[in-house]
Amino acid sequence: MVSRNEKHTDVVIVGFGWVGAIMARELTQAGLNVVALERGPRRDTWPEGAYPSSIDELTHNTRHALFLQPSQSTVTVRHRDSDVAAPYRQLAAFLPGTGVGGAGLHWSGCHWRISPVELRLRSHYEERYGKDFIPQDMTIQDWGVSYEELEPHFAFAESVFGTSGQAYKVNGKIVGDGNPFDADRSTPFPLPAMKNTYSAELYSKAAAECGYHPFRIPSANASQAYTNPYGCQMGACTFCGFCSGYACYNYSKASPNVNILPALERESRFELRAECDVLKVETDSSGKKATGVIYRTSKGEEVRQTADIVILASFAYNNPYLLLLSGIGQPYDPKTGEGTVGRNFVYQNESGVTLFFGQDKFTNPFIGAGGNGVAIDDFNADNFDHGPLGFVGGAPIWVNQAGSKPISSAAVPKGTPQWGAHWKKAVKDNFQHTISIHAHGTNMAFRDCYLSLDPTYSDTAGRPLLRITFNWHDNDVKMIRYVTDRMADIGRAMKPESMSVETKEFGEEFDLRHYQTTHIAGGAIMGTSPKDSVVNRYLQHWDVSNLFVIGSSAFPQGIGYNPTGIVAALAYWSAKAIRERYLKSPGPMVQA
Amino acid sequence: MSVRSRNGGALICGRRAMLQGTALGLVAAALFHFPLEGASEAADREYAYRPVFFSDDEWQTLSSFVDRLIPADAEGPGALEAHVPEFIDRQMNTPYGHGSEWYLRPPLMKTSATLGYQFLFTPRDIYKQGFPALHSAIMQRYGKPFHQLDAGERDRIIGQMEKGSLTLSPVPSKLLFGQVLKNCKEGYFADPIHGGNYEMGAWKMIGFPGARADFTDWVDRYGVRYPLPPVSVGVHGVQGGV
Repeated sequence: MVSRNEKHTDVVIVGFGWVGAIMARELTQAGLNVVALERGPRRDTWPEGAYPSSIDELTHNTRHALFLQPSQSTVTVRHRDSDVAAPYRQLAAFLPGTGVGGAGLHWSGCHWRISPVELRLRSHYEERYGKDFIPQDMTIQDWGVSYEELEPHFAFAESVFGTSGQAYKVNGKIVGDGNPFDADRSTPFPLPAMKNTYSAELYSKAAAECGYHPFRIPSANASQAYTNPYGCQMGACTFCGFCSGYACYNYSKASPNVNILPALERESRFELRAECDVLKVETDSSGKKATGVIYRTSKGEEVRQTADIVILASFAYNNPYLLLLSGIGQPYDPKTGEGTVGRNFVYQNESGVTLFFGQDKFTNPFIGAGGNGVAIDDFNADNFDHGPLGFVGGAPIWVNQAGSKPISSAAVPKGTPQWGAHWKKAVKDNFQHTISIHAHGTNMAFRDCYLSLDPTYSDTAGRPLLRITFNWHDNDVKMIRYVTDRMADIGRAMKPESMSVETKEFGEEFDLRHYQTTHIAGGAIMGTSPKDSVVNRYLQHWDVSNLFVIGSSAFPQGIGYNPTGIVAALAYWSAKAIRERYLKSPGPMVQA
Repeated sequence: MSVRSRNGGALICGRRAMLQGTALGLVAAALFHFPLEGASEAADREYAYRPVFFSDDEWQTLSSFVDRLIPADAEGPGALEAHVPEFIDRQMNTPYGHGSEWYLRPPLMKTSATLGYQFLFTPRDIYKQGFPALHSAIMQRYGKPFHQLDAGERDRIIGQMEKGSLTLSPVPSKLLFGQVLKNCKEGYFADPIHGGNYEMGAWKMIGFPGARADFTDWVDRYGVRYPLPPVSVGVHGVQGGV
């Protein structure tokens, strides 16, 4: 029961992570009044990031202080339609964020653009490899937006994030030893690349020896002090090794809290309400216009906030979840292939190699930064010939030394027992002498991987949980096995004493028990037709034109890189369309 | 020997009392004189912690269990020296111990193990319902409690629990094993402010510098051992010591 109505506003934003902060900034600048609603608590560099308590592994990484606890809300998961889904009861495989800043407060900071071919993946593969190359049940498609259109927004987002990196090509001219597979850029990175760790240096050398093209990962951990276009300041990263899962104590890691919120807080047209959990988006009787949202406060009060524009900016699967709860759009049905909400749910398809160097070689893996490292893109996107390989997709391969902590990442050689004197000695002998290499692979969209509402389980607010139906497909296993072999070649070239390889087996089930990544995407995808997408190329809902759904939920399929860079660029792209076109003439910006 | 109680209560030497006449007592007594590297003062200090959550029986089981998971030897501290049981006892009185992080609503589904934890137990439940069941099973088989078994016997039991071949109810042995192992490693490696990793002994053993937080000067000292001892985020651990 709604107990009160808040004063009408121009724009209501659901979720205050990167997308929420960017949209709030852009739309207040356009003269609109903006209310942002965030489910979790207020958070900032102080107190959540305050040294030294912020770099306590148990509290943050192990007990997940900054994450959304399943007790509050979770999802259910099953591998196939014929299974019964079970709740994701303990955080493990992925770690959804909550609170002001969202996952942007405690991400790593790998800040990528995207390979242009990935934005038109289906067209590109059909053109190069023929229509029959893409398996029947693989539902990949084009995004409806091009790299050229997004480029200015990638560039601006990098200036906001204070991204450190080395460009390869700026305005058609080769400017340095960046990634030779990168598309053209209009600007160099705002900050020089970070220093390499020893591990990255060794990897870089070995990858070059193998004939590949190593480059430094673009990092939203500042290589030196920086002031962004909003006047927000960053300090130089000290390689403390506590990025992912932690709020940065040093103002070095870009976050909505450090890089945007200080500017927004000076803005009288902006209001941020924390601990306001949005229950549904309301529409008028035609179903074609959103009238606002209903949310629940921490006191259990239900409040209606009406608005002219509604923006869903929540974590990956929470955008489609809210659409399903609100009855907006047709839920996807994998049997008929009809409906769009929940369609093309995807994840990240990873593998890794751990190298053990013996006690004379100190790799000091506790030194690190989340966005730091060296990668190769030789096996990412379509930078290699897929024709004879028979799979779609690829992976950047990198050493991304984010800082090993002993509870979560005391690596031991394969075959070491889990406990006892041998385990203890193995940890002691290897902790300072290991290097990890990872393949951060794509996950293609498939007809049978999707989101829907669970018929059995509910959360504390009585909402049905979101149900994920997801499993690995042969295409993706084929891809990651191929890339893992290349990664192992580089590993061997680094001359370790021994090496452990983690890859996927054919038929292997999606396993929720071990952390993989929080790079979840799809479910409310963008595209060129309302038949197979939820939002148009401007992230505007096809049917409800004053509703925008922005985030990794819009990815039609998984990408090789980490999602934050393209998510931020899409937000700026959408904001520009709202400012320059929608506000002048509200209504659909693309005719269906 | 000075006696100190960390939880501010009476100076009751709970473990000493319970150790009397047990196999563990012999192990632990030796431990108290084990020379801790760089902490000779501490080596002479008697340790007393009175469990808040665990009963004396459970405390004995827990202590003799973690003593085998991370045994004391010349490589570095064992779980008992690192005060792992104290860590676990303290954790049981946090929201985590009460299961406040986990989704524990029924029903339970029969599913693939790959979908992860599918029980309604909190961490406290796992210990409170698991240890008595373990106790009964061991009494039945050996005619004496777990903590009175010798190290080899305890290792065999733990190995069976790891594989799930020891039948326990309602908490399966594999679940109980997993919980103890997880909490044991947490207590061994977590910052000492949480009660374990006594004097950062585990960090010193592996060479983890803890909350140093600034490696600007070392990130490009390629292949060179980091020279400084660890620091804790808490006041008590900051003195470090090599």
